[in-house]
Amino acid sequence: MNVELKNIHKHFGNVHANKGINLNIPSGTIQGILGENGAGKSTLMKILSGFIQADSGSEIILDGKSVTIDSPADAIHHGVGMLHQDPLDFPPMKVLDNFILGRFTGGLFPNRKEATQDFNLLAKEFDFSFDPESYVDSLTVGERQQLEIMRLLWLGARVLILDEPTTGISASQKSKLFSTLKKLPEQAMTIIFVSHKLEDVESLCDQVAVLQAGELVGEMKPPFNTSKLVEMMFGKVVTLGERQPVLTNETMLELKNVSLEDVRLKIKNVDLNLCAGEVIGLAGMEGSGQGMFIRACAGLVRPVGGRVKLKGQDLTGKSYHAYKNAGVNFLPAARLEEGLVPGLSLTDHFVLAEQPKGIFIDRVAGQNLAEDRIKSFNIRGTPLSMVESLSGGNQQRAELALLQDPLSLVLLEHPTRGLDIESVIYIWSKLKERCRQGASIIFISSDLEEILQYSDRVLVFFSGKVSPPIDAATTSVEQLGQLIGGKGWPEKGGSHA
Amino acid sequence: MNQENLLVGLAGVLAAAAPIIFAVLGETFSERAGVINLSMNGTILLSAMGGFAVAYNTDSILLGFLAGMLIGALVALVVAFASITLKQSQVAVGFVLALTCRDLAYFLGNPYMGQAGPRLQALPIPVLSDIPIIGSLFFRQEAITYISFIAIYLAWLWIFRTRPGLMLQGIGEKPAAAFIRGANVNLMRYVYTVIGGALIGLAGPTYSLAIRAGWMGTISGLDGIGWIALSITIFGGWNPSRAAFGAYLFALLQWLGLVLQPVLTQVPSQVLQVAPFPLMILTLLLVNIGNAEWVERALAAMPETTRKFLSKLLRAMRASPPAALGVPFERD
Repeated sequence: MNVELKNIHKHFGNVHANKGINLNIPSGTIQGILGENGAGKSTLMKILSGFIQADSGSEIILDGKSVTIDSPADAIHHGVGMLHQDPLDFPPMKVLDNFILGRFTGGLFPNRKEATQDFNLLAKEFDFSFDPESYVDSLTVGERQQLEIMRLLWLGARVLILDEPTTGISASQKSKLFSTLKKLPEQAMTIIFVSHKLEDVESLCDQVAVLQAGELVGEMKPPFNTSKLVEMMFGKVVTLGERQPVLTNETMLELKNVSLEDVRLKIKNVDLNLCAGEVIGLAGMEGSGQGMFIRACAGLVRPVGGRVKLKGQDLTGKSYHAYKNAGVNFLPAARLEEGLVPGLSLTDHFVLAEQPKGIFIDRVAGQNLAEDRIKSFNIRGTPLSMVESLSGGNQQRAELALLQDPLSLVLLEHPTRGLDIESVIYIWSKLKERCRQGASIIFISSDLEEILQYSDRVLVFFSGKVSPPIDAATTSVEQLGQLIGGKGWPEKGGSHA
Repeated sequence: MNQENLLVGLAGVLAAAAPIIFAVLGETFSERAGVINLSMNGTILLSAMGGFAVAYNTDSILLGFLAGMLIGALVALVVAFASITLKQSQVAVGFVLALTCRDLAYFLGNPYMGQAGPRLQALPIPVLSDIPIIGSLFFRQEAITYISFIAIYLAWLWIFRTRPGLMLQGIGEKPAAAFIRGANVNLMRYVYTVIGGALIGLAGPTYSLAIRAGWMGTISGLDGIGWIALSITIFGGWNPSRAAFGAYLFALLQWLGLVLQPVLTQVPSQVLQVAPFPLMILTLLLVNIGNAEWVERALAAMPETTRKFLSKLLRAMRASPPAALGVPFERD
């Protein structure tokens, strides 16, 4: 099926998520869509799959006919099916029930026999092996994807959108998925493959479109020029600010052979020596393991192997409070959910953080403390302001003002996300001040410029793999971008090392 | 106890379970769609009183039952509006309604206290009722009891065998997935909550027009039934056939409490009256034992064949609530 997107605009309040996107996908093509987090990829795909509607003036043309798509169910009537990142299926149901659900033909009682036949035929065609009577929750994520693909084809999808399908599936399942997808264009199917993984896109797609900040900034056909793609994804080359070398050689944090694990990811055998006063930036697409890594440094995630030492003190397996007492503070990305307490004022926060003795709160002392901190951290608010009424930048300043003093290690998750440039500069000046006092910093950011500007060394994460520390002074946005997209890793393929 | 008395007693158990079955089925539909109707205890009282009052004034038993269903549907509509449209806490709204409806029933029911009203008569089914044992057990019941038998089967058939029933499971489990499959999630939640409410409302008149005919206010003994029905819904794993089993078990335990009283004279009668409640809780724990981690560990140590058999059995017994129970759905 031919898919034509014409002048697609979408506003969410003040945010212009899609800015006049034009894209033509001929029948039988595997189209890659590349872009950073927040580049507008998912908005565009949600528009095509009927989850949201584009602003007026936008046009979707399928096989030459202009259509309006009101809902995901409507999209499938038009032949557009979407495979979501987390499969939208029903874990406690039987595979067959899950397969039948949503197909509205054939009366009150579904014809299970016929459905089983169709199911087995489709499974055979793609070389999948399923027991239709087993339960969905006994399948792996990769198998659930296969099930969804079968279901969408059975419903008559002629266009298949896949949203980051290779996250959370094994390498063998990935190659199976790719071989399945490569078969489909022979049947005049159109595939839209949304990803941030350059390697996947390059090995699979017939043409690629790159989105950046809501705009379609470029298209490319094979042979792909990786560095050009990276440049299109991440924008201009950055000029670095002044950099002060780390003076001390005293080790602050020492990770030895640390391994971490959760349901989705495994991080294996990380070694790291972090010096006092040093800043390390963690780069990578969201969910590549950096969140788990920083939580392990904070004592919130217990490593499954290896040792964690702070200033020579072994903290492996100790509680968050032991880490905190050792001078480790963690500022999570979700300020209002994890960092601050909505419904409490600034004064309340400072009083809580200073760990008062006794039962009763000294209101006057608290007020004075708050006034003092508000002044020295330049927070726009009064001691009685509720934290949720502050702007994001001021919430972040309040969090900084709440940090212990003295500190050994500050861990920050997206410290400046969504903040205006003034706050960004202010917050980093405060953090650098901490460094001069001897504290070390590890921070996560999806902004590569920020990482290059403020870190001494960089760790790149990709599906649980951790790069060796890279000297920020000698690397570039492009090199980091490639690593983030899974290119140039020593163990893999090796063509680009 | 001779055989005839035993049969009459057991037939009574089947009849006594009928209102609980209606309530449990209603709650099952509502919760399957993702809405907890916590007002059940009050709804049953109010519909019992309302059903009796309407039947008393119109002299029509049918109108009495319909009035009960209407009351149940209206209360459920309040729950649905508050939770689906206003996105308020279903627990808070339901709880307040449970108390309000109960007190409203006592207050409005005052004029009908102890009045003799119409009462559903037994309807023996020709031929079938003459079958020994089975006939007197199943086929000399009141019409509403027969309806309760049929309702269990229909509810089971609807949820597990029909296309809309499959979608109902989906709506309660993962509304977003049901939505992409074409379901109008919030409309369906309204529909099932209101239908479920009507079924709960059928429980009231089943008491006041059949098995405990009349309206006795606070001494009707109906207060608390709704809470039990709520726990049977959970115990029944949101499955009509298992829920029905729970309802019969509860009715049986209550009857045993009465029958054993003269025999076990040394046991205080209060113990026998209260016993069904903790016994229900114990059963509930036993049924869901497969969820416990230590059971899994114990199973892992067993020989292969035993383990397979036991884990299959536990999987069949295990009940997990609809994943989206109590969670409002928003399109994206």
